[in-house]
Amino acid sequence: MAGFFEMGGYAPYVWGSYGLTVLVLAALIYLSIRRLRAAERMLSLLQQSRRSGGNDGSDA
Amino acid sequence: MHRFANPARFMRFSARLLPWLSGLTVVLLASGLYLALVASPPDYEQGQAVRIMYVHVPSAWVAMAAYGSMALASIAFLVWKHPLAGLFTKAVAPVGAGFTALCLVTGSLWGEPMWGTWWVWDARLTSVLVLLFLYLGYLALIGSFDDVDRGLRVGAVLVLVGTVNLPIIKFSVDWWYTLHQPASVARLDGPTMQASMLIPLLVMAVAFTLLYVVLALIRTRAELTWRKVETLRVFQAAGD
Repeated sequence: MAGFFEMGGYAPYVWGSYGLTVLVLAALIYLSIRRLRAAERMLSLLQQSRRSGGNDGSDA
Repeated sequence: MHRFANPARFMRFSARLLPWLSGLTVVLLASGLYLALVASPPDYEQGQAVRIMYVHVPSAWVAMAAYGSMALASIAFLVWKHPLAGLFTKAVAPVGAGFTALCLVTGSLWGEPMWGTWWVWDARLTSVLVLLFLYLGYLALIGSFDDVDRGLRVGAVLVLVGTVNLPIIKFSVDWWYTLHQPASVARLDGPTMQASMLIPLLVMAVAFTLLYVVLALIRTRAELTWRKVETLRVFQAAGD
């Protein structure tokens, strides 16, 4: 068990690599989903305002 | 390909595919990580440091494959005016850049204990750094255009010009004297790696590739949705 964390003395290099991998991939996933959700929300808002009579002078 | 050229069809098709691909990606990533960190043996020379290979090499392969997909999409965009291809290229560029950066950093983390250096300007490392600059340059270039479609077309040209870097990366370890070791998997004579290491490597490679596909689908959906948003805004500004 201790060996798993120590990685034969290479712990900073091995765990640094895996840690960075998890971070970068998690960030890519999170940011991509966030961008998609924001687009979907904006589209839904615009489509709703079109259905409720379009341009009424106010800018949402 | 023509079936997927229709944006509405792409949205339906990707919506159905994403849950399955995402689930499969999670399973393969979990299995791959277990194989890489626990089940695979240490190396007789490198000890536990060899485990870095299971994230470094898959990152490198996806970094190159992502650029290859951008190149194919750029041909479809410029030659056949495929309506989704330009948006796809824009969508995946940040993902490719991420994998390239990961490849470089994990490579340095592997190089320091094994070679005694974080960096060397050999042909392999330098050409992969160039790949990162191509990704970032593409994003900067398309972002600098007011006319989005024109920007995507110019960006597609840049992608195609930079494609020559892919065979350079691949054959750099054969054509020049490099500190980076030669190929042990993608060789004409087949892999020289034993199964106990090759299998974890391949599982991680497939997992990373599937993750790339999932992100490509999510991000292309986002680009298409933003395009719809922009179109509606133009209509509304014109006082429909």
